Amino acid sequence: MNSSPRILEVRKNILKQNDEIARALRNRFEKAGVFVVNLVSSPGSGKTAFLESTLTKMRGDFRVAALVGDLATENDAVRLARSQVPVRQIITGTVCHLEAAMIERNLTDWNLNELDFLFIENVGNLVCPSSYDLGENLRVVLMSVTEGEDKPLKYPTIVNSADVAVITKTDLADAVEFDWPAASKNLQAVRPGIEILRVSAKTGNGMEEWLRFVATQRARVCPAQDVVEHV
Amino acid sequence: MHELSIAMSILDMAEEEAGRRSAEVDAIHIKLGALSGIVKEALLSAYDLARTETTLPDAQLIIEEVPVMIFCPRCQAPRSVPSIQQLSCSECETPSYEILQGRELQVVALELRS
Repeated sequence: MNSSPRILEVRKNILKQNDEIARALRNRFEKAGVFVVNLVSSPGSGKTAFLESTLTKMRGDFRVAALVGDLATENDAVRLARSQVPVRQIITGTVCHLEAAMIERNLTDWNLNELDFLFIENVGNLVCPSSYDLGENLRVVLMSVTEGEDKPLKYPTIVNSADVAVITKTDLADAVEFDWPAASKNLQAVRPGIEILRVSAKTGNGMEEWLRFVATQRARVCPAQDVVEHV
Repeated sequence: MHELSIAMSILDMAEEEAGRRSAEVDAIHIKLGALSGIVKEALLSAYDLARTETTLPDAQLIIEEVPVMIFCPRCQAPRSVPSIQQLSCSECETPSYEILQGRELQVVALELRS
């Protein structure tokens, strides 16, 4: 036996396992014609209120469902159940993010062919979820006006990984003297070209634009005949 | 915060490769992009903790940090960026989201001893 050291080239992505499951999920989603949205943000940015409003407003036109990640409680799922669409809680325990395998496990008894949209509310965390592909079509980063305009500069990685930014709680913008130009400049600096939407789930301002945006995004990847509209 | 699970994945990969070759692992070389979402120091301390539980308690973790490079549409060339807070060309300041490198989170090589 040769005991001299040698170099073995490997070149394997450390998140290979997650990426492979995510790729398989993406294929399944595409075949079923379901458009998947991953919502990421810090805790308390208003993800659940935003999602509840989104599900409630969409359910007349589309078949929607949601998976909700949380470290410990089922409170979010209980709130979201009010939207009267299928909602399932994923309790991650000590895990600070959702992984593709958790999504896969929680979809086993759902018929994806009966869905147009699946929303995934990630664990409130602006660091860890950025590394984990969930097989989504659209990654949305939410940022509330109460968090301050410099949030994108503090958490550039997650903003960089997002497709669109939604600024929430805009009804409080004046009260906190939110600096819109600075927020936009910071978002564009870390993620050039990102689309920025403004919403207040409380007053409903901006929700129509968001719903139009997400429907347009779906239409780009899912053939129109797959959309079942209930009139 | 998820550095521990990343460290465990690295060790799993190394254990598997080394086991297949009945070799000892002296070192694991990885590439860590500035936009990978992983902090080098946190990964090193998580790794130190995780490796004590494996069959490779002496394997060193050698991290090559990979800076972000973008393709500048104006210069028509790969360019560095001022920081990960500013994804624009370091020469002409044109913003670009065409990221050429900086997202790596990859095991590139193992130093083995048979």
